[in-house]
Amino acid sequence: MLVIADLLNQLEAELKKTIIERHLVNPLMIGVRTGGVWVAEQIHQRLQITDPLGLLDITFYRDDFSQIGVNPNVRPSQLPAQVDGRDIILIDDVFYTGRTVRAALNEIFDYGRPNQVILGVLIERDGREIPLSPDCVGASITLNKGQRIKLTGPTPLAIEIQTLTVAA
Amino acid sequence: MKDNLQLNSEGKLKHFLSIEGLPKELLTEILDVAESFVGMTDQQIKKVPLLRGKTIVNLFFENSTRTRTTFELAAKRLSADVLSMSIATSSTSKGESLLDTIRNLEAMFVDMFVVRHAISGAAHFIAQQTAPHISVINAGDGQHAHPTQAMLDMFTIRQIKKEFSNLRVAIIGDILHSRVARSQIQALNTLGVPEVRVIAPKTLLPAHVESLGVSVSHDLNAGLKDVDVVIMLRLQKERMTSALLPSESEYFKCFGLTEEKLKIAKPDAIVMHPGPINRGVEIESKVADGPQSVILKQVSNGIAIRMAIMAMAMQKQGVM
Repeated sequence: MLVIADLLNQLEAELKKTIIERHLVNPLMIGVRTGGVWVAEQIHQRLQITDPLGLLDITFYRDDFSQIGVNPNVRPSQLPAQVDGRDIILIDDVFYTGRTVRAALNEIFDYGRPNQVILGVLIERDGREIPLSPDCVGASITLNKGQRIKLTGPTPLAIEIQTLTVAA
Repeated sequence: MKDNLQLNSEGKLKHFLSIEGLPKELLTEILDVAESFVGMTDQQIKKVPLLRGKTIVNLFFENSTRTRTTFELAAKRLSADVLSMSIATSSTSKGESLLDTIRNLEAMFVDMFVVRHAISGAAHFIAQQTAPHISVINAGDGQHAHPTQAMLDMFTIRQIKKEFSNLRVAIIGDILHSRVARSQIQALNTLGVPEVRVIAPKTLLPAHVESLGVSVSHDLNAGLKDVDVVIMLRLQKERMTSALLPSESEYFKCFGLTEEKLKIAKPDAIVMHPGPINRGVEIESKVADGPQSVILKQVSNGIAIRMAIMAMAMQKQGVM
């Protein structure tokens, strides 16, 4: 059973620890649309980050464009501050294959050259496909085949594990 | 011309040849996707990897500066490889047929053609003849259509006026020769603009122009009243084969947009022009460079809208 408040508390605690260990100075927080932004809004408040939250839409950086095309709900990315030389906390809801984070990093680096980037996610699940991993997590879980994590929000932020019914 | 050819089996954009036959939802989707490309100018590296490894050929059988360069820039910002060919340097001047030119380019593994041609229907013809994986974008065909220009105009209008449902739009000038006007009228009607007026001398209007869904006026002063958007058209002297006008100065006196005449429109009306401008013929410099002019904004928006259309036409290329 996943409890959203526990996940947020754990992620907040790990981020605080990592901010000290990695010597992050005046970090810029960026959330990945859509679920990552909902999580980032909460964490941004908890960590009392001064710069406004950055919003990243990775549609144009996805590696499956030729299969799924342009998401018509694409919205402009909004990075409120210069990225050059900044310490960045990237936030997403679920870490699964790692492909979203790859796309997000590519996009961030097109805005400038950050000093360092750390990755925080609410949930890390099994199924990684590329050699990337989060620095801070609310929880790590293993799902059965056909199960997936569904986040709804922004308020109230809620999470559930869905089991997809497979047609016989 | 029915353009179901433009959509694949899932109703997604495959070719972009004409506004005609495209549903409102699709036009709105193009405008929405373009919105996100406008924001890209904040990036240090003004490029997204969407069309990496794709090859786009700009086939311009007719002169153009703005359209060709914005298509080229749009393709490059999508990371495509782009080749711009113009008629003067191509082998068509040595007698090669259009179809042979296309077959040869296909043999070079091209993914998209952007076509401008003086003959109406040229882009349509290429879309019908070309290999199934190739997308074709119409960058202006004869007096038929210039749909990407119309879409960048719609984008500019929405950017400033927010809604289409409460607008009065006037299109002024050489409607007869204007593929831009035809596409604009179709787009404005599809997107739900309640009143589109065309204002021109009788000699510069096509027969039965009302059937396009516009009201007609031959009097600029009357036509400009309470208008939100003023679209000026260029007098296309190169396409005029007979004497349609007494003189340019006479035309300017009757149909040229001056500061004085612009006051008849709503105070917050915007002035648009697809370019190139004939200063002192259809528009006074003071208006073209004035505070209500959005002419250069149209040019900038041309890049984002062409990026959106190219990206959308290249998705799921294999699906027919």
